[in-house]
Amino acid sequence: MTTAAPNSPLSPGIVAGRLPAEALAENFGDIAPVMDMHEARVAADRCYFCHDAPCVTACPTAIDIPLFIRQIATGTPEVAARTILSQNILGGMCARVCPTETLCEEACVREAAEGKPVEIGRLQRFATDTLMEAGVHPFTRAAPTGRRIAVVGAGPAGLACAHRLAMKGHEVALYDARPKAGGLNEYGIAAYKVAGGFAAAEVEWLLQIGGITLHPGRALGREITLEGLRAGHDAVFLGVGLQGVNALRAEGEAIEGVRDAVAFIADLRQAADLGALPVGRDVVVIGGGMTAVDAAVQSKLLGAETVTILYRRGQERMSASRDEQEHATASGVRIICNAAPVAIRGAGTVREVVCAYTTEGADGLKLGPETFTLRADQVFKAIGQQLAGVPGVLALTGGKIAVTGAGRTSVPGVWAGGDCAAGGEDLTVTAVAEGRDAAEDIHAQLAGA
Amino acid sequence: MANLATSFIGIKSPNPFWLASAPPTDKEYNVVRAYKAGWGGVVWKTLGLDGPPIVNVNGPRYGAVWGADRRLLAMNNIELITDRPLEVNLREIKQVKRDWPDRALVVSLMVPCDEESWQTILKRVEETDCDGVELNFGCPHGMSERGMGSAVGQVPEYIEMVTRWVKKHSRMPCIVKLTPNIADIRRPAEAALRGGADAVSLINTVSSITSVDLDSFSPEPSIGGKGAHGGLCGPAVKPIALNMVAEIARNPETRDLPVSGIGGVTTWRDAAEFMALGAGNVQVCTAAMTYGFRIVQEMISGLSQYLDDKGMSGVDQLIGRAVPNVTDWQYLNLNYVTKAQIDQDACIKCGRCYAACEDTSHQAIAMKPGRVFEVIDAECVACNLCVNVCPVENCITMKELPLGATDPRTGAVVGPYANWTTHLNNPMAKAAE
Ligand SMILES: Cc1cc2nc3c(=O)[nH]c(=O)nc-3n(C[C@H](O)[C@H](O)[C@H](O)COP(=O)(O)OP(=O)(O)OC[C@H]3O[C@@H](n4cnc5c(N)ncnc54)[C@H](O)[C@@H]3O)c2cc1C
Ligand SMILES: Cc1cc2nc3c(=O)[nH]c(=O)nc-3n(C[C@H](O)[C@H](O)[C@H](O)COP(=O)(O)O)c2cc1C
Ligand code: SF4
Repeated sequence: MTTAAPNSPLSPGIVAGRLPAEALAENFGDIAPVMDMHEARVAADRCYFCHDAPCVTACPTAIDIPLFIRQIATGTPEVAARTILSQNILGGMCARVCPTETLCEEACVREAAEGKPVEIGRLQRFATDTLMEAGVHPFTRAAPTGRRIAVVGAGPAGLACAHRLAMKGHEVALYDARPKAGGLNEYGIAAYKVAGGFAAAEVEWLLQIGGITLHPGRALGREITLEGLRAGHDAVFLGVGLQGVNALRAEGEAIEGVRDAVAFIADLRQAADLGALPVGRDVVVIGGGMTAVDAAVQSKLLGAETVTILYRRGQERMSASRDEQEHATASGVRIICNAAPVAIRGAGTVREVVCAYTTEGADGLKLGPETFTLRADQVFKAIGQQLAGVPGVLALTGGKIAVTGAGRTSVPGVWAGGDCAAGGEDLTVTAVAEGRDAAEDIHAQLAGA
Repeated sequence: MANLATSFIGIKSPNPFWLASAPPTDKEYNVVRAYKAGWGGVVWKTLGLDGPPIVNVNGPRYGAVWGADRRLLAMNNIELITDRPLEVNLREIKQVKRDWPDRALVVSLMVPCDEESWQTILKRVEETDCDGVELNFGCPHGMSERGMGSAVGQVPEYIEMVTRWVKKHSRMPCIVKLTPNIADIRRPAEAALRGGADAVSLINTVSSITSVDLDSFSPEPSIGGKGAHGGLCGPAVKPIALNMVAEIARNPETRDLPVSGIGGVTTWRDAAEFMALGAGNVQVCTAAMTYGFRIVQEMISGLSQYLDDKGMSGVDQLIGRAVPNVTDWQYLNLNYVTKAQIDQDACIKCGRCYAACEDTSHQAIAMKPGRVFEVIDAECVACNLCVNVCPVENCITMKELPLGATDPRTGAVVGPYANWTTHLNNPMAKAAE
């Protein structure tokens, strides 16, 4: 028996409860449930154990993929998990959120041979879930070094850095502005990729290593300063992500009903009851990346009647992968490319978005004369985030913290990694790799000092 | 963490995984890379007499048996012993042993059946400071036509004689490598023991023709349209090897003779099975040739976890654990009665069990409306065929009838242990005591 929802997809305006609770639970359930042992063995059997395997090269954390798959094939998923986690301590999260179709699985030789790669991501999840469900933390700390390191930001970069430093025997103080650790794992990733409170469970599991003291609700520039941290610690790592939002520069951006997509997703991720989360009937999402897709799909899953992604360039330029685009369209989202908003209209609240077709020439993107109008009572901006609130002493490049080597910033004793640092794609796995490598560099430098 | 270190006839290695004498161990370059990858030891590719180097064919020397998805199930080869100069091999062996003192390095040998040839080569090998020698009495092709390899291994008297020479002319530990191309493996093992061998290793390759080209009518591998039999190795030969190892381990004459298990070892599991049947370590060839040296990492991690899970602190607690459970057919319990049982929730309704039982077994599976397959207990002889052909693991299982239950097929009540030696139908039966 289903309980009737107070509203329906056709209810006008931005309202909660468009779908019954059962439908919401189904929509936001695990999108790719874990394999069973038999399925995992069949999938593992397809791996050729390639020499100098291209999948390993394609993985930013360089997990020994053929080895862990062979360990699954021979019935030892726990050791397989250890192989994964020794390179990537957030291997459980990455198994869920990595766009494997543009990373390891794209490089798989069976993708080239048959268009059907080994299911590396799902196998990784099988292994890591097996170990984590057993409650095992497979690493131990080296003897205490007496060194203290401050890590700012408890997102993937900060967590990976803190864990590696703790393993090396250092004491880590981990600060985060937010009340919960996890960064975008906790506040940003699409809910159906991390069902069942996985982000929080993974942080708790990671902290079992010991030697990491978490200080939530403490922000750099608010409760703490870089000078203070430098004075009190042997090294500082910054993994603060991107907290600023790009401006749309279209007329009507300030009308009620226009919102930053990342903030909407954060609300969604933290909502105790998705039935109480309001969403528009006609939703327009502006942007072409993962955030745009996630905001659009989740709006649809909440019960919006129509959801449209508006992207100003050609579809092939969208930073959301093909798989994600297909996921959006399969979820009932319409993708309009080569068009940009010129005005958002409405009396008090949003009513419509006026768009113009664009052309891309040698002198850049230009708005054409032809326009069209999309009905909208809610508009999400997903046009990228930017660095905000980092101390002015740090040199920047391309709008991010400039780094050399394994995350060394222009300020001695200060490292940075993840989305806030220049270089690499803005992905969870890249943040993990950079956090880990910075930790190794910090350790090496402290050992040499 | 369990300790994988082993001492095999006094030869120490950090783990029980050695590379068998074959191309992977033919030169310093390979062996050093193998050690770097983690192999505990190697048996160097078989050396022969000094003199003009061995000549190999210059066309393909391997044939193959593939499973689905081109998985290499078995390989056969017509390669001879090393074709590199003796001097070069000996120099490299000495260097490698000096550079890698913690790894096992045993040298395989094959020279003609005269005492002087053996005395000469042993003297030179001893100078390398290697850990021991392995006598290749196993190679079934090429060298056997010249009175060596399996030509020796098939005649127990020759094995004993040559082993005796080796023990007489050298202080080195001596492993005798046996050929499986023989009726009863216990005889050559006993001969090796009589000759003074410290251990035996087995199996070498099984005489084989892997395939025939149906256009050219040449056996494979084809050397210009003709083929010679080769030696089979790889996963397919493992069951043959396991049985032979067990035969030696439970033979009263040879039960204390250390065994190095060889034949199809591909994963930690294969290795653990050989060791449970009495092998003190294992040697690997085809798996390394198929996947590269790195596979040893899986063998190490898998065996460690297994020993940990079993609460065993080292491999010595695993070695021989299954030997007491290997027995003769006549001692099997005829009152151990089981019935196949199909888990209807797990069943995917393919009907393979039905086809197998109905066509080729005991008509003990009923096919009911809606493709429901059920075992008829009154017909089921518990042969296990349905379990083996079922594509779903654990869908069909064997359930044991408890003591005192009536077997609906025979109407007999399940009694305590009783075997063929006392069975009514056995004309040779001894009266029960
Ligand atoms: C909506 C969305 C969906 C995404 N989906 C995917 C996906 O499916 N797969 C994928 O690989 N990547 C995805 N990404 C990208 C991925 O989430 C990021 O690349 C990754 O989280 C970056 O990690 P980080 O540690 O650098 O930063 P963050 O995860 O942003 O963490 C930064 C942390 O620093 C804290 N912080 C910020 N400023 C301060 C301060 N001044 N003082 C103290 N603490 C501070 C923040 O509270 C936060 O906890 C997505 C991103 C978004 C926005
Ligand atoms: C190409 C090839 C060459 C071999 N050469 C030798 C050899 O020179 N001496 C020897 O004792 N065994 C030799 N063998 C046999 C192996 O050492 C081993 O006994 C056999 O391959 C079974 O093990 P496996 O199933 O792990 O391959 C050779 C095997 C192969 C495949
Ligand atoms: S493996 Fe191939 S390339 Fe290498 S020697 Fe043999 S036939 Fe030649």
